[in-house]
Amino acid sequence: MFGLNKRDFSLLLIVAFLALAAPFILNPFPEGSAMAQFNAGYPDLMQRLVIFGIFAIGFNILFGLTGYLSFGHAAFLGVGSYAAIWMMKLLTMNVIPAIIVSVLIAGLFSLLVGWISLRRSGIYFSILTLAFAQMSYALAYSVLTPITGGETGLQPKYTDARILDAALEPGQQPRANLFGVEMNDGFELVMGNWVFTFNAGYYIAAVVMLIAFYLSIRIFRSPFGMMLRAVKSNQQRMNFTGLNSKPYTLAAFVISGMYAGLAGGLLVAMDTQVGAERMFWTASGEVVLMTILGGAGTLIGPVLGAGFIKYMENIVSKINETILEQWFAFMPDWLGDFMVAIIYPFIGKGWHLTLGLIFMLVVIFLPGGLVEGGQRIGRMFKRKQPQDNTPDASKTPAE
Amino acid sequence: MSFKNLTRRGVIKTGAIAGAGLALPTYLRADGHSGFTNAPQGDTVTLGFNVPQSGPYADEGADELRAFQLAVEHLNGEGDGGMLQTFSSKALDGTGILGKKVQYVSGDTQTKSDAARASAKSMIEKDGAVMISGGSSSGVAVAVQALCQEAGIIFMAGLTHSNDTTGKDKRANGFRHFFNSYMSGAALAPILAKEYGTDRKAYHLTADYNWGYTTEEAVRSSTEAMGWETVNAVKTPLTATDFSAYIAPVIQSGADVLVLNHYGGNMVNSLTNAVQFGLRDQTVNGKQFEIVVPLYSELMARGAGANIKGIIGSQNWDWSLEDKLGARYTGTNAFVQSFGTKYGFPPSQAAHTCYVQTLLYADAVTRGGSFNPCSVVEALAGFEFDGLGNGPTLYRADDHQCFKDVLVVKGKENPENQYDLVEIVEVTPAEQVTYAPDHPQFAGGSLGTCNPGA
Repeated sequence: MFGLNKRDFSLLLIVAFLALAAPFILNPFPEGSAMAQFNAGYPDLMQRLVIFGIFAIGFNILFGLTGYLSFGHAAFLGVGSYAAIWMMKLLTMNVIPAIIVSVLIAGLFSLLVGWISLRRSGIYFSILTLAFAQMSYALAYSVLTPITGGETGLQPKYTDARILDAALEPGQQPRANLFGVEMNDGFELVMGNWVFTFNAGYYIAAVVMLIAFYLSIRIFRSPFGMMLRAVKSNQQRMNFTGLNSKPYTLAAFVISGMYAGLAGGLLVAMDTQVGAERMFWTASGEVVLMTILGGAGTLIGPVLGAGFIKYMENIVSKINETILEQWFAFMPDWLGDFMVAIIYPFIGKGWHLTLGLIFMLVVIFLPGGLVEGGQRIGRMFKRKQPQDNTPDASKTPAE
Repeated sequence: MSFKNLTRRGVIKTGAIAGAGLALPTYLRADGHSGFTNAPQGDTVTLGFNVPQSGPYADEGADELRAFQLAVEHLNGEGDGGMLQTFSSKALDGTGILGKKVQYVSGDTQTKSDAARASAKSMIEKDGAVMISGGSSSGVAVAVQALCQEAGIIFMAGLTHSNDTTGKDKRANGFRHFFNSYMSGAALAPILAKEYGTDRKAYHLTADYNWGYTTEEAVRSSTEAMGWETVNAVKTPLTATDFSAYIAPVIQSGADVLVLNHYGGNMVNSLTNAVQFGLRDQTVNGKQFEIVVPLYSELMARGAGANIKGIIGSQNWDWSLEDKLGARYTGTNAFVQSFGTKYGFPPSQAAHTCYVQTLLYADAVTRGGSFNPCSVVEALAGFEFDGLGNGPTLYRADDHQCFKDVLVVKGKENPENQYDLVEIVEVTPAEQVTYAPDHPQFAGGSLGTCNPGA
């Protein structure tokens, strides 16, 4: 269906199910219980999960397929964000133009950066992209302050022109919307002790993510994707056969830049604010981590990796000492204090440490990322299955 | 990773189960039932303290969090009550806020506006915080203030000194107790004229971001108004750690005063460089060369060590204020004592402003009788109070900025201990630092109306 084979289609179905049922899946613990700390089903985090999923999917098209490691993808995300906020300032608070323009501008910018950076490969390519990203960051932070708002960043204001919208009362806060549906509209579903939040903005982002995911499957399975894989396995041999690989890598670079721009535009649509920090090199590094953690070159890996890192960043970083003390309150004092002392460095602001350890473990023991972990578990269960299925399959007549 | 047996029967079965599950809900709730966002349920109320726990201002953030914890203790009737005893409004009685016990959640702003907003959003959406406070940077304050306005939450700004927070980026749901760039300039100018004369030539080094710009503008306009000349103003990158390249041209420029519009680590480094270059031993135009640091803090003074001696700057508050200048600044000692008892050292001005903001919020809720942001805004706007360490103070209704005395301080020549680093040169009374709400340095914004959310 949709030009996908059965296996890919069921993967798309799984992702669609996960995305649509996220408010349930991410809120497994009842409100008020000690475990409610680990609930992630609130709009802001759900939006971030899918948006950074898009970012990582795009990055994976470049890194997973061609093997070109870009260390400057946050620049495209940032450029997309600035483009989107300017659309909201000048045109309309409707998110559609903002998102479209953010993709286009990020595409143009990545064309420029890619055209220059792709003259080199390997580490030189990485350094070039890193240099471009840091340059963009520095420009946005200070030199281009009139356009980017510098350190303070940009927000839509009631004074902005917005030629398509009616003027706002002084001091009114403009809100991002999709034909009148505001991004933070939604309702809560209460089932006993469980509270599930459904949010318009999240579902818009989730639908965009599904489209982005579908496109990435099509790219992976297309002849173009095959070419990109060829670049990864041996670019020299490819060149010697008389093929010019540059248009392919440049196309992959621009596509992944557009994905980053899309993510940037969506970030602005969900939370109407841009700061230069989202172009900082750590943000570029983060998407590399997401992709590798989830499984570079796999379809669903980057989405898993993005979800994992954003979950850690927003949930683990918020566990503080008081919460730990509550958890271990049932233990004798000395044991409780001991446990708190042991765990404390790994939570709160120490979440980077936890993430680093997990990342090391994954890279050492599961080089294929979380996806490989999933496959290994799957294989453990699959061994039994053939015994159940084979007789059944042999009895069933082929029709 | 695939549905091997995706049969019609299977789909119908799953659908039926899912349908039954969806039919179960007891009720659907839209946020609207209480009239405003995150109305406290049960017998507790949650406040969100969003402070930098990592990054360049982590020290300030840690001190802010200490102050918040102390404020929560005092509101809940634990500890010695601190400033509750000296506060001119007696609405708070140590039984929490409106009888609800105060709880708090904390988050890390990382001094990045994106991270700060994510953290604040999770406090609002996940933890049900009804007020957000804290922060140690104007960029963060402006970003979080706008978020709170949108969400219908009260924002009590922490340390933020840029004019814009209550200038062009002001919001009805946001309040700032801390002073601002304009006030620093207005307070410093007369003292500088008195100490260094009115015919000085100033050279500005300015941190290349929003706060740097407004501070440079404020100091320039107030010093030029009394006769100083600005020779040059150079922007330095925020990430710079070595300022020698920027200091060398100062000597050649013919300037006799260097103004460092830097904060935190920037200021510590640039001041150290300037002193190492021997600027302070020079005589230019027949006058002793001087250095001025518009925004001072104890934490920075500690970082700069002996280099800070004799350098003039301005402060919002100092822990020795009441001891040195008497009962006008009552509340200072009460706060310093309870902070010192709990943590073993005196609080910084960042801690003070956060503590005071929390009390002011709690008081406004109690006087207004509701957690509804609009009731809080009404209770705080135009509120005059005393006994919180700064003397008589007004929360101006036009821009939600506090007006109070500003301290002009100087690095102490012979500090008695590691906390006693600044001496108070003079206190500039509130009238002298008060400006019209539509002053050009603050123009271009509008408060709008309070937003209760939901």
